[in-house]
Amino acid sequence: MSVIKLSTITKMYQMGTEEVHALRGVSLEIGKNEYVAIMGPSGSGKSTLMNIIGCLDTPTAGLYELNGLNVSDMNDNQLAKVRNKEIGFVFQTFNLLARSDVLHNVELPLIYGGIGSTERKKMAKEALQRVGLGDRMTHKPNELSGGQRQRVAVARALVTRPSILLADEPTGNLDSKTGEEIMGLFEDLHREGNTIILVTHEADIAAHAHRVVRIHDGKIESDQPSKDRKVILTPTSQTA
Amino acid sequence: MRHYFIEFKEGLGFSFRAIRANKMRSALTTLGIVIGIVSVTLMGTAIEGLNGAFNASIAKLGADVLYVQKFPWGGGQDWWMLRNRPDLTFQNAKAVARDVTIADKVTVVTGTQATVKYGQKYVEGVIIIGTDNQFLETVGSDLALGRFLTQQESDGGRPVCVLGSEVASSLFPNENPLGKTVKLGNFTYRAIGVVEKQGSLLGVESLDNRVYVPALRFFGEFTNRRHSNIQIWVKAPSKTMLDDTKEELRGILRKTRHLAPRDPDNFAINQQEILIQTFNTIGGVIAAVGLFITGLSLFVGGIGIMNIMFVSVTERTKEIGLRKAVGAPRRTILMQFLIEAAALCLMGGFIGLAIAYPLSLIIDTVLPTSMPLSVVFIAILISLLVGVISGFLPAFRASRMDPVDALRYE
Ligand SMILES: Nc1ncnc2c1ncn2[C@@H]1O[C@H](COP(=O)(O)OP(=O)(O)OP(=O)(O)O)[C@@H](O)[C@H]1O
Ligand SMILES: [Mg+2]
Repeated sequence: MSVIKLSTITKMYQMGTEEVHALRGVSLEIGKNEYVAIMGPSGSGKSTLMNIIGCLDTPTAGLYELNGLNVSDMNDNQLAKVRNKEIGFVFQTFNLLARSDVLHNVELPLIYGGIGSTERKKMAKEALQRVGLGDRMTHKPNELSGGQRQRVAVARALVTRPSILLADEPTGNLDSKTGEEIMGLFEDLHREGNTIILVTHEADIAAHAHRVVRIHDGKIESDQPSKDRKVILTPTSQTA
Repeated sequence: MRHYFIEFKEGLGFSFRAIRANKMRSALTTLGIVIGIVSVTLMGTAIEGLNGAFNASIAKLGADVLYVQKFPWGGGQDWWMLRNRPDLTFQNAKAVARDVTIADKVTVVTGTQATVKYGQKYVEGVIIIGTDNQFLETVGSDLALGRFLTQQESDGGRPVCVLGSEVASSLFPNENPLGKTVKLGNFTYRAIGVVEKQGSLLGVESLDNRVYVPALRFFGEFTNRRHSNIQIWVKAPSKTMLDDTKEELRGILRKTRHLAPRDPDNFAINQQEILIQTFNTIGGVIAAVGLFITGLSLFVGGIGIMNIMFVSVTERTKEIGLRKAVGAPRRTILMQFLIEAAALCLMGGFIGLAIAYPLSLIIDTVLPTSMPLSVVFIAILISLLVGVISGFLPAFRASRMDPVDALRYE
């Protein structure tokens, strides 16, 4: 059974009298442990699609089933619960809480999942160790490098063991070397059985995925296995 | 339940980090609440003090004593009409004393001001009270020294006097006043006793700056209108018998003053109760107005909190988006901002109380009072309430934010 099943999803924004069609009938299925890159020019609707897949937004029309559950017409609070349990987000701008330390940032989804303090701390520490930041737990985000911050964000996305990891241009704010490191991390996570969906402009980054979905003007243009797949071996993946 | 607790704890951490991150701003915003709480609690304390002072001095009037006078307490009637009433006379008092059956004690009271001298020492503006041997028991006071007027002394109008404690200590700082000769105005009296310290009536009139002499002598020496303009004080056997005593008294007075059945009373029978009622009305109005005005400052403080909470929500739009993205439901976001607003106000409340308490000790030197515990609790409750109310709109806005828009916010 597929984890994600989108059937003719459309998303329309009303800008005054003008209608902006961000998505025009997107159908897509993504199975368990797939590693999918979504590519396309700026304004093509990648982020819009990501937001719908991540239950941050609801489609104007169409059906979305996540793990067999129809989420297209859930209300705000139901969606919040689904996001908490099923989705792990990694954003381009990291979006860490500046005033909280690394550990607390990673704990955040567990707090909203109603998990008690001891259990929470244990899980957050494990997630941080998983991304190689076990020794930075009491640091504040501004005491970390960009790559480390993104690792914290990945740990936060992982900590609830979600069905899907969603990353919208996760390397957009990083230099290419740090970007490669993060991609290595994703690679490992995929190998461990996670389902990953990644939005990117860059062919280099998309090359890490197994499947590339190209979007143009709100429609799927092509959907094929990645041709020249890049595999990098990172220190973490070698020891793991 | 456990869920809520975990989220509540996160809300607390959230607000304290936010408040700590903007110390100056939080302090300035809280100032409004601090000022509001200080003024409200001090007003509450002052009102409490006023009530206390009133009740303490009103107690000196005695709950079971009736005061027959020309003018009623508490007013409300046409003053010109009251003024034309005939004075109460000594004969009226005698008739009352002779005819009462229920009343316990009846005494006559009249007074004037004079300078009291002993040797080189003198006290000006002493109230000279002309009365009789029943006085002390009617008002329920005790003697510090010597004895009060005897029946023979009052009936015979003997030149003897009993001193109030203030007069006694001024004239006889290191001497025993008993048996000494003092001059009341131009007249010579012999001191036979000293009344125990009484305090003051409503904080104005000292009850100790007095000298008591036989009324019959008083009429001859201090007034030229013979035997008139007096008061009759009557003590009921108990508070429950007060109404019966009053009715009987009224009947006797109407008869001896020859009032026809349809004539209205041309005298007033006053009692503590009237003053209490009047005070409660006036005091209630003063309290309401005072608390309203000071409450306004709290209201302004609340507006300040609301304003800063809107700023706080806008500033943290992106954070709200993130929290929603990782699964925070609306109620949690709402609660987090409500906790922040309430925490700001509570801080203001506690600081306000910490400032108001020493100030209340200053009030205490003028008007014996202490900040009542109820005021403390109410102040804390009010600041909590102000926080929740003024934080609600900003918090509601935050909880309703669309996560996508919020995350996109720059
Ligand atoms: N809230 C919105 N209101 C109006 N139009 C919107 C809104 N969000 C997105 N759009 C429009 O929808 C279209 C798709 O936007 P989207 O953000 O999905 O593009 P994208 O592929 O992620 O672009 P980029 O690569 O630049 O991030 C754009 O034309 C955008 O202007
Ligand atoms: Mg985008």
